[in-house]
Amino acid sequence: MIDFFRKQAYLIDFTLSSLLRRKGKNFGLLLVYTLIVFMLASVMLFTHSLRKEAGIILQQSPEIIVQRLVAGRHALIPSDYIEKMGRLRGVTSKKPRLWGYFYNPVVKANYTVMAPDHLELSTMEVIIGAGIARTIGLGIGDYFTLRAQNDTFSFEVKDILDKDSELVTTDLVLISQKAFRIITGIPEGQFTDIVLSVRNPREVRKVAEKLVQKLPDIRPVLREEILRTYDSIFSWRQGIVFVLLIGALLAFVIFAWDKASGLSAEEKREIGILKAVGWESGDILHMKFWEGVIISLSAFILGYLAAYLHVFYSSAVLFESVLKGWATLYPQFRLVPFIDGLQIATLFFFTIFPYVVATIIPIWKASVTDPDAIMR
Amino acid sequence: MLISLTDINKVFNQGKHNEYHAIRDISLQIEAGKVTCLKGSSGSGKTTLLSMIGCLSRPTSGRITLNDEILSGLPERFLTDIRRHTFGFVFQKFNLIQGLSVLENVMLPAYPLGLNHKELKASAQKLISHFNLDRVMNNPVEWLSGGESQRVAICRALINEPQILIADEPTANLDSWLSQEFMGLIDELRQSGKTILITSHDPAVFDSSVVNRVIEMQDGQILQS
Repeated sequence: MIDFFRKQAYLIDFTLSSLLRRKGKNFGLLLVYTLIVFMLASVMLFTHSLRKEAGIILQQSPEIIVQRLVAGRHALIPSDYIEKMGRLRGVTSKKPRLWGYFYNPVVKANYTVMAPDHLELSTMEVIIGAGIARTIGLGIGDYFTLRAQNDTFSFEVKDILDKDSELVTTDLVLISQKAFRIITGIPEGQFTDIVLSVRNPREVRKVAEKLVQKLPDIRPVLREEILRTYDSIFSWRQGIVFVLLIGALLAFVIFAWDKASGLSAEEKREIGILKAVGWESGDILHMKFWEGVIISLSAFILGYLAAYLHVFYSSAVLFESVLKGWATLYPQFRLVPFIDGLQIATLFFFTIFPYVVATIIPIWKASVTDPDAIMR
Repeated sequence: MLISLTDINKVFNQGKHNEYHAIRDISLQIEAGKVTCLKGSSGSGKTTLLSMIGCLSRPTSGRITLNDEILSGLPERFLTDIRRHTFGFVFQKFNLIQGLSVLENVMLPAYPLGLNHKELKASAQKLISHFNLDRVMNNPVEWLSGGESQRVAICRALINEPQILIADEPTANLDSWLSQEFMGLIDELRQSGKTILITSHDPAVFDSSVVNRVIEMQDGQILQS
């Protein structure tokens, strides 16, 4: 057993010196390989973290949003619907909400305007998201303008929302309910939707079914459905990036295959010499296996590490516009690092395994040939 | 008798349009502890014969035995084992691995044996000292002169303490002075009990008093033995 480990140590030592002897070629390969792992890992880490982040933030959102539909379109919901819903087992609270979108043609962006009932804001005050403050250059005490109902309304910025929640609050504007009704013309007693909190997550679907039975003109939107939508949006964007990367991936596959499968005359001669001086085919295969492992593992570790820094410390500057979306008000946020074992295993399998196999096959062919024939 | 060859034939590209019969019906015995020289012009088949004796290639037909053990039908891994422990090779162009040092090149054949590194290094250093290469021990082999390269190749051939040393055209890249020096080394090895098999068309080799037997080859056949 000691001999086996010593032998592997000798083979690794020889492999390293072989890699250094052809350092130009191997460094080029390592660089391209690392770049590919970096790009793939960046996309995977970023979308995975966005999904996780969105999931965590949505954990605090209500379990059910009740919207009223008129002719299949979202319509205002009267406050008496809360009474009509009656007492529902498992529902801990029912709250009506006022919210909407306002387009600002100057910055070409949509604001999400909400009027929460728990905030104490006067009709002239507003709280804005960090993205809006950054884009228009507003600070606390400045005036923020909304154009609606053929009129312009100015509000004093009372506060700017916390950067930690920027992923979902970047374009958010909070105003009082009274102000919201003035600028939108929504009459008293009417709301945009009603949100319900349900204590037991397993009862959410049942509650939604009961609601539809009682009030056929409503549409319950479940939190889990929103999460699924986020998931599919990020998967779709991830897919787009992967499609964009296909060209680069193919180029790498061709390059790696060429490097791994085609042995140069010098490499063949070296295999012949090693066999002639007493190396077995298995020794040569081991040596080349180590070569493949050293190159691919180094590329994997370097690429993954670079991707980690890129995603979590520079907010994925290379891919953010594609992965976050095309909104004008880009949220600026630092993602909390999430590492998924399965994700690493998938990336590992698709980047290391094919390379090592592609390296071994031609070497095996050469190593089972008579040394004399190889050297000739 | 150490090595015996019976009705050996070697055909390259058999059945193809460029088929070439390199060795024809050769039967031969090589004695232990002697220096045997295969003499002949280029293309006479001496290198091909030598590679078959050294288990670097297989005959198309015929039988090769080493100490009464039949080699010609053995699977590759047994041949490797015999090659590793029985034969040491000195090639015409030395075939040293460029980029590695003298010491690393000499140690190379012993790597797969998994020997203790200190002991292996000590053995290699001893050989290198014996062949007066201490000065260049840590230099890359591409810095060496022809004579030095050849001595490194001999050290490498001897690291696993083989019974038989095989040298293919060993003086082809050396001047006459270095050729004489090489024959002196061969004599020294013969006196230490090694069996030596050389191919050459250099009179400095086959006319040397060190050589015990000369076998002349032409067109893949033995002309004179």
